[in-house]
Amino acid sequence: MNVDKIRQDFPILSQTIRGKPLVFLDSAASAQKPRVVIDAMRDAMETQYANVHRGLHWMSERTTEAYEACRDAAAALMNAESREEIVFTGNITGSLNLVAHSYGRGVMKPGQAVVISAMEHHSNIVPWQMLRDSHGIELRVAPITDAGELDMIAFEALLADGKVGLVSITHMSNVLGTCTPAARIAALSHAYGAKVMFDGAQAIVHRAVDVRAMDADFYAWTGHKLYGPTGIGVLYAKRELLEQMPPFMGGGEMISSVTYEKTTWARVPHKFEAGTPAILEGIGLKAAIDYVRAIGYDAMAEHEAALTEHALARLGRIEGIRIFGQAQDRGGVVSFALDKAHAHDVATLLDRQGIAVRAGHHCAEPLMRRLGVDSTARASFGIYTTHAEIDALADTMTRVREFFA
Amino acid sequence: MSFADDVRDLYQEVILDHGRRPRHGKRLAAYDVTAKGDNPMCGDRVEVWVRFASDGAIAETGFEARGCAISVASADLMAETVQGRGKADTKALFEAFRTMARTGVCPDHDAGLDEPLERLAPLSGVHEYPSRVKCATLPWHALDAALEGTREASSE
Repeated sequence: MNVDKIRQDFPILSQTIRGKPLVFLDSAASAQKPRVVIDAMRDAMETQYANVHRGLHWMSERTTEAYEACRDAAAALMNAESREEIVFTGNITGSLNLVAHSYGRGVMKPGQAVVISAMEHHSNIVPWQMLRDSHGIELRVAPITDAGELDMIAFEALLADGKVGLVSITHMSNVLGTCTPAARIAALSHAYGAKVMFDGAQAIVHRAVDVRAMDADFYAWTGHKLYGPTGIGVLYAKRELLEQMPPFMGGGEMISSVTYEKTTWARVPHKFEAGTPAILEGIGLKAAIDYVRAIGYDAMAEHEAALTEHALARLGRIEGIRIFGQAQDRGGVVSFALDKAHAHDVATLLDRQGIAVRAGHHCAEPLMRRLGVDSTARASFGIYTTHAEIDALADTMTRVREFFA
Repeated sequence: MSFADDVRDLYQEVILDHGRRPRHGKRLAAYDVTAKGDNPMCGDRVEVWVRFASDGAIAETGFEARGCAISVASADLMAETVQGRGKADTKALFEAFRTMARTGVCPDHDAGLDEPLERLAPLSGVHEYPSRVKCATLPWHALDAALEGTREASSE
């Protein structure tokens, strides 16, 4: 993989920040966009834009085709059995709320339980709390080990009474970088009669996701972390589940016929896609998926594994830095704290040198408590990240520590 | 420019010093009012305790902060500068400081606030960092809530 060539695909990377070259180490929050994505969205607006699924005119037909091509691309990317198993939402939060509402309230019964893990993003905690409080569903939290891995023995124990209807767990922690064993989690969940959902926000950026091989029932990811636009999330769900689930939101696009007495629903997946969709974002995401597939997950995973190893080695040598998470299987995010300074101060000092990292609780307050900290700084990597950028981070961290010493 | 020069506009020596060794960073054994301040976006928290003198002026302020150097230094400088001030005076100082933190410019004010505003001036560097302005103002929101008897404040 030629990183220099890839960097040329991302116009933003040539920016300078406060007179210094941009070192963008915040891709886990949102990734930068390659020229092909920007062009696809601009071209659509300039040459073939109209609303989709309804117009009987040329523009609408062309736009519908371009937008729906994203569904085919997403289905192929995840190895879904059919394109009807791909539901477009606004983001992962939208997908999780859809499942919590339509599967949780619509299919699960009061008295059943949902299992999450101790390293979830708030978006994979709060919808289940709301389901718990409105629908009499118990919420169980599977612990993690000190290394930051899912405690599989404790996880299985939570399933043992057969009350669990759904397991919803991250496929890769946005704080610890831990990749969870999806196929094992799915097999265990199914053995005890539970369906399983994965939050793939981070995972799908770093590795190939095959929903059939892992036997996921639901899998959620979002366009903007995979070098695509914001505003479009992808929810995979097995067709039989989508058929079983009532709609989430009502409105246009999701109906078959409407009278004042009775409305019938559109077929899946449109039953779950009320309202005008994110048309341009779908077109942009299709371009992003094509871009990622052309590079290939093997090359991306190899590059990011090398970067992560380099970052762990360089940061690990700096006195006073604590790195969180020592999972065997991990992706390209590294969270750390400095003994002498708060993460926000660290982030501001790095920013002064043009280095962008995230600092805070990373929308994972319960995990922060488990780690015994209020906040961490986090460097995260993408296909365009270089070893030299990680060296810049490590060199600057050495100076940050001296500054606060 | 050296690394230290790059960041001195915000992290002046007085801020680093008060951030590292706050003089008022403790819970008061005896106090009249207290309140908590919360910045839910970044997780910063501060709790303040205030004891009044017989004339109603602030006799002493103590705080416990969980946050960055800016928020701790701001809380400490606040505790210093409000000592001996009445409620109206303290509120006027808060308003002036808030404007200074947002804009970097000290607004028109009563002559009586010259001295405290000068001591708070090193914090005005935060105006260049919009996400950090709340770090500097959070302790003041908490103090304001304590004086108003509302117990909880948010810098949102």
